[in-house]
Amino acid sequence: MAVRKRTYHAYSGPLTNARTRFAILFRYSWDNVMRSRFTSAYLVVCLLVAVVFAAIIYVSHSAILMALLRVAGHSKDFVDASFFYHFIQIEVGMALILVAFAGPGLISPDLANQALPLYFCRPLSRAEYVLGKFSVLAVLISVITWLPGLMLFALQGNLAGWSWASAHLQAARGIFLGSVVIILVYSALALAVSAWFRRKVLAGGVLLGVFFVGSGLGHTLDATLGTHWGGLLNIGGLIARVIAGLFGLQPGHNASSAISPAMAGVALLVVCAFCLYLIEHRIRAREVVRQ
Amino acid sequence: MSAVIQLDNLSVRLGPKTVLDRLNGSFSGRCIGLLGPNGAGKSTLINTLLGFYKPFQGSARVLGFRIDSEIRQVRALAGYMPEHESFIGHMTAVTFIRLMAELSGLPKQAALERAHEALFYVGLGEARYRKLATYSQGMKQLAKLAQAIAHGPRLVILDEPTNGLDPPARQRMIRLVREIRDTGELHLILCSHLLRDVEECCDAVIILREGQIVHYSNLEEERRANPRFLEMEAYGDDGSFAEAVAQLGCECALAGGRRMKIILPERFEMSALFRVAAERNVQLRRLSFRRDSLEDIFLKAMEGANGRP
Repeated sequence: MAVRKRTYHAYSGPLTNARTRFAILFRYSWDNVMRSRFTSAYLVVCLLVAVVFAAIIYVSHSAILMALLRVAGHSKDFVDASFFYHFIQIEVGMALILVAFAGPGLISPDLANQALPLYFCRPLSRAEYVLGKFSVLAVLISVITWLPGLMLFALQGNLAGWSWASAHLQAARGIFLGSVVIILVYSALALAVSAWFRRKVLAGGVLLGVFFVGSGLGHTLDATLGTHWGGLLNIGGLIARVIAGLFGLQPGHNASSAISPAMAGVALLVVCAFCLYLIEHRIRAREVVRQ
Repeated sequence: MSAVIQLDNLSVRLGPKTVLDRLNGSFSGRCIGLLGPNGAGKSTLINTLLGFYKPFQGSARVLGFRIDSEIRQVRALAGYMPEHESFIGHMTAVTFIRLMAELSGLPKQAALERAHEALFYVGLGEARYRKLATYSQGMKQLAKLAQAIAHGPRLVILDEPTNGLDPPARQRMIRLVREIRDTGELHLILCSHLLRDVEECCDAVIILREGQIVHYSNLEEERRANPRFLEMEAYGDDGSFAEAVAQLGCECALAGGRRMKIILPERFEMSALFRVAAERNVQLRRLSFRRDSLEDIFLKAMEGANGRP
């Protein structure tokens, strides 16, 4: 087909599958996110953490290297559920920074430029739009959490043997389900903030503020009222509590430690539901101005 | 010609306010104009047809598809150029239009080709690799038109396409709209409060007032059906011709020299005028009907709520 045809003519070729249209949004949004050098560099740093953990696993199974490092007397059994829990905990913190940087740019430019009517006048639903944007964050977080986490688990299983792997299956489950929790909570918060704040910098700041201010407020409430319910405002603490529960571990002493994993999970579900409400309220082709 | 839009008792409420009130009718035409004063419900009607607003009551069909249960099919067949600025500023025009074409269902390669074609077609070929945020107002309007037609829709809805354009840019936009219309490959709905835009592009017009359709007509037929104003030059008149014409029930005014303007009554037979002229030996030269302009039609529609389809 010639590029410079100057007459209008209708399109009569094949159409793509309507169910996979959200993937188009994913592709364009992913390109936009990865265009940032910071995001690319930061992803590499996040993956370096996995490399370090892989190196530790490898060293723990090498008698020569252990001897060289003068830790020959130490048991290699320290690679257990808590080892992977710590890996996920580090990646949870790093993922927050990544999401705070990449998340706000997903929806806010569309709102700032009033582009939503152009999306929704096409055969694309609001749910598909959100799914397309969500999938960018889901892939980004997956790349630094459960994908390297399960690879580390596989490496350890390969070196330690099948009996170790079968005995520590709960760690693998913790890695995967814990990452799913992070993906859901971080993405919901990032998309909600992105949908309500048109400036990317402001949206990123608000996202980090939700975690840090919530944590501080929770501690203050607990200290002044002598209760442990302030931990419900500490989203980071709630995530840690749920992930620790999935690994079958007790979290470190923090504001949420008195809250059961199930209650923390319910609190996170409420947070996600509230975020979905905010997103649903905002992602519309046209706003109805109440009079 | 099958109906482009069918309205079946369609009402739309935004908050407590009824913006569209029980609209009915079947509308066809290659290019349908939507006219009305501000707040008449033009944009609300467009937004409802695209599924942005849910009907409070009743329903509508666009190209035969129901807007409540088959909105995906409606959207797949439609292209939409919104009134306000609507784009993604950090994208180049070709990327933006390619994205929009892909979202309409075109495969990647076809979408890229159509994006280039659409941009060349609207006259933005040389600027297609520039970011949209750097475009002037006129260029943004053209880019919006390009994204509305890039996927080859069967219906293009243009909401105030000449908004904010200077006269040459407006002329260019109108010319493009007419060119697209004349290809005969699609239908257009042109929403505007500028009578001239509608007059120059549309062959049918829907006039809305306070959420109701107060007039719908084929413009050409309407003009032909209302030959009520007559301009003529009369030679050899001794002064009695005007009086005689007035006795036929016409309103007659001398417009200087031999020229006369006459408003004909309903069901007037022109032969009566010729007979009176023959009796007085008056020569009638340059006899012409002044057709109703769209402005006349619009003003009439605004005066009374008659003529509902």
